[in-house]
Amino acid sequence: MTIEKIIFLVIAAISLGAALMVVTSRKLIHSALWLILTLFGVAVVYGILDAGFLAVAQVVIYIGAIAILFIFAVMLTRRANQDTGSQNNQYWWVAAPLSALLFGGLVWMMGSWQGYSTELPKLALEAKSGMLKQLGQLLVSPDGYVLPFELASVLLVAALIGAIWVAWDRK
Amino acid sequence: MVPLSWYLIFSAALFCIGLYGVLARKNAIAILLSIELMLNAVNVNLVAFWRYRYSEALNGQAFAVMVFAVAAAEVAVGLALIISIYRRRNTVVADDIDMMKW
Amino acid sequence: MATNTLIWLLPIFPLLAFFAIVLFTNRNKALSHTIAIGAAFLSWLGSMIVFVRAIQGNLPFEKAIDWMPLGADKTTHFFIGVQVDQLTAVTLFFVAWTVLMIFLYSVGYHNFGQPKGDHDHPGLPPHGAKVPDAHGHVHAVPSIEPMYSRFFAFIALFAFGMYTLVVSDNLLTLFVGWEIMGLCSYLLIGFWYAKPSARAAAIKAFLTTRVGDVFMLLGIAYLYSETGSLSYKVIFNEHTLEKLAEPAGFLGMSIAGLIGLLLFIGTVGKSAQWPLHVWLPDAMEGPTPVSAMIHAATMVSAGVYMVIRMFPLISVGWHEGGSLTPTMTVMAIIGAGTALFAAVIAVGQNDIKRVLAYSTISQLGYMIAALGIGAYVAAAFHLVMHAFFKALLFLGSGSVIHGMEHGVLHTGDHAVDPQNMFNMGGLRNKMPVTFLTFTIGGLALSGFPLVTAGFWSKDEILADAFGNGYWLSFIVLALAALLTAFYTARQITLTFLGEPRTKEAAHAQETKWTMTLPLVVLAVFAVAAGWVGIPEGLTGGAIPNWFHEFVAGTLAEHLPVLEFNFLPMLLSMIIVLTGLTLGWWVYHGVKAGQPDPLAKPLGIFYTWMKNKFYFDELYDRLFVRPAYWLADTFTNKWMDRGVIDGTLHTISRAAYALGGVFRNYFDLPVVNGFGDMMGEGTKSFGHKFRAVQTGKIQQYMLSVLVFAVGILFYYLLSLLKP
Repeated sequence: MTIEKIIFLVIAAISLGAALMVVTSRKLIHSALWLILTLFGVAVVYGILDAGFLAVAQVVIYIGAIAILFIFAVMLTRRANQDTGSQNNQYWWVAAPLSALLFGGLVWMMGSWQGYSTELPKLALEAKSGMLKQLGQLLVSPDGYVLPFELASVLLVAALIGAIWVAWDRK
Repeated sequence: MVPLSWYLIFSAALFCIGLYGVLARKNAIAILLSIELMLNAVNVNLVAFWRYRYSEALNGQAFAVMVFAVAAAEVAVGLALIISIYRRRNTVVADDIDMMKW
Repeated sequence: MATNTLIWLLPIFPLLAFFAIVLFTNRNKALSHTIAIGAAFLSWLGSMIVFVRAIQGNLPFEKAIDWMPLGADKTTHFFIGVQVDQLTAVTLFFVAWTVLMIFLYSVGYHNFGQPKGDHDHPGLPPHGAKVPDAHGHVHAVPSIEPMYSRFFAFIALFAFGMYTLVVSDNLLTLFVGWEIMGLCSYLLIGFWYAKPSARAAAIKAFLTTRVGDVFMLLGIAYLYSETGSLSYKVIFNEHTLEKLAEPAGFLGMSIAGLIGLLLFIGTVGKSAQWPLHVWLPDAMEGPTPVSAMIHAATMVSAGVYMVIRMFPLISVGWHEGGSLTPTMTVMAIIGAGTALFAAVIAVGQNDIKRVLAYSTISQLGYMIAALGIGAYVAAAFHLVMHAFFKALLFLGSGSVIHGMEHGVLHTGDHAVDPQNMFNMGGLRNKMPVTFLTFTIGGLALSGFPLVTAGFWSKDEILADAFGNGYWLSFIVLALAALLTAFYTARQITLTFLGEPRTKEAAHAQETKWTMTLPLVVLAVFAVAAGWVGIPEGLTGGAIPNWFHEFVAGTLAEHLPVLEFNFLPMLLSMIIVLTGLTLGWWVYHGVKAGQPDPLAKPLGIFYTWMKNKFYFDELYDRLFVRPAYWLADTFTNKWMDRGVIDGTLHTISRAAYALGGVFRNYFDLPVVNGFGDMMGEGTKSFGHKFRAVQTGKIQQYMLSVLVFAVGILFYYLLSLLKP
């Protein structure tokens, strides 16, 4: 049991615990807040995996934008006041075992893959600090991911316009 | 050293928790929250595989960035839709939005 | 022309005339009778040529064709054809003459040349027409028969039947001719079909002769089954006759005897012997030429001709002077009995034609009795002679009736029966030719000595009976001869002698030449024809008995001439003269309105006589009514409607029920049900399955996940298997 493992276990436990609270909280605002914690945990996991940029991006985009958006949405729909009573629908008792089964199946399937228990290899990149620059170049180079990058941009614009249009209050 | 399998199990667990939330929660916004969980699990999976198997190039990370973008776009549009439905129907309970039935 | 070919043509001429009249010339009366008489003339000419050639020798003329190969391998052949031997030749002679005379007579009888009647109807006798003369007086005159051509067509067919019967060389075509004549007698007796009495008489004639014909057919079939052939040549040859002499196992008769008996029953029907005599008097409903044709010249003679032809069969086992075979005994008894029986009835009849009808029955009895006692030639001789004088008598009575009808038209009193002898009288002055010829015929019938044909033929029969020791037959036949003379004199006296008893008789008129010419011709034969058969013993061989020599040649076993005995001839002369005188004496003074002088003396017997001994009533009770019951009640009501229709109705009901079962238990539930099930099932399935689409997206995802997990585990489990 190395130190990395312990750190990972703690972070994993926090993230999974928070995730569980997301799906079982009675009040919706609590679910959103628990989500923030989960997202933090995931960012730390990115950090452990030597993906520093992604960890920061995670915090900025997910927590800074998406989670805040969730909180706004919760606030805007508070009039309904659904926070009393069970938050689970009719068939939650089918969903639970099913998810568990899926988890079991996934683990089994992954377990039968021969690369399952690979140990951490040496990072094969030249320099850690140059990773961001390389990532940037990869994203915009014609040999790289410029097309998906541009498409993602278009997607974001479309989502932006779409969200404004859909949610416009036409009174 | 943390074997790959731990990360994979972690991401599978996160995914299944998110799946449970999608299927079992009444509130539509709660469903979207659970979807975010699932997307994050996928991302963790992607990055873990990048680090352990293909760390010579940054393609894994590029893909993870794409997933970020998509997730953001999707949340924006999804919440806009929920707000719009809330304005019309005055409800956010997923079960009440069943106009596509027979 | 070769004789054999000529013989074939004899029946064909009248047949062609029949078809020509029926198909083409029905509307043209003159053309129809010309064709018919022309055909009769041609057949007469042919018959005379054949007769002359036959007398010259080379008999028999025969020609046969292979008509029908029989048997599985077509080895047996059935031949039909023509044959003229001596018997056929003499028969052809009288048939040709009488047929031609009757055809000619019919022209006048049916009033050819007279105007159409005022209210004449086809199917009824003509009623007369009112014609104004030069002074404007309206006279009622006889009118022409509406169905004139039809009559000639039928008698032409009749002639065809008779010629076929006479010239055929086998029993089958003989039977064909026999039946054709039966048909024609039905058609002609019922000629005036609108009269109910005529219709009834026609049916009676046909059915009564049918009874005889059935037995005859049985005889023919029996003969065929025993000998395998029906040709005369085969059945009359010695070998076959020997075979047929075997006992048949029925009442001790030989096979030939049994066949002969069955064939004889056919003659009993056709020639109106007792007990099947009842049809002949009723057949007087037909026009008089028909009566002459049927009951004198042709049909009844055909019956006797057939038994004469079959004599070798009947007489198997008999030799001249020996004891008679059972069949011959039966024939003798029936023949002689009928002769006397019919003669008795004739004495009590008032209708001029009825007397002649019973007279025919009586004379036919003579012929059959003659055959029964083995007098082959005598029977043939009497057959030929009888045809001439009976035809003469019938035609003469027709002439008398025509004269009387003229009187009825003159006075207009239609209630007077022109056929009743008690309404006649004194016609010798009004109708001299008819009177003379009728008297000649009557004398011939009675057998007036020496100058009439009847004398020689009747005397030969009596002589045969006397000479061979058949005393009973002789006495019966002699009595019958006495009565024959009596009723003939009665008839002539009442009709022609004395004074007219009614106004109609006073106004009678002689008939036209087309009617009187045949009378004269036949009268000549009635006198002279007998002279070919004078027994040789009488003249000491000066005049040969040509007839005996000629006809006896027909038989294989040459019959010896009977020793001439003067006694029977003397006896018969006495009997005849006594009878004639007695008849004249009783009836010569009968005045108008007086009843029959015999009525009171004979009392109840007279009533029986007049009513023909009630045989018709007896047959009605015994046969006719049960037949009606069988037809109507049993067959119609019970069998046809009850059983047959009942079965059909039951079957139809069963079919209906079965159909119902099929419909209700199979068609509706299974077939319709299946069809309905497809539709309804789909609808209800859809209805129920709709519930899956709740519109709730989480539920959709749940279902997806269930299947996804399922597939995942299926894949994983498949990895487990080695």
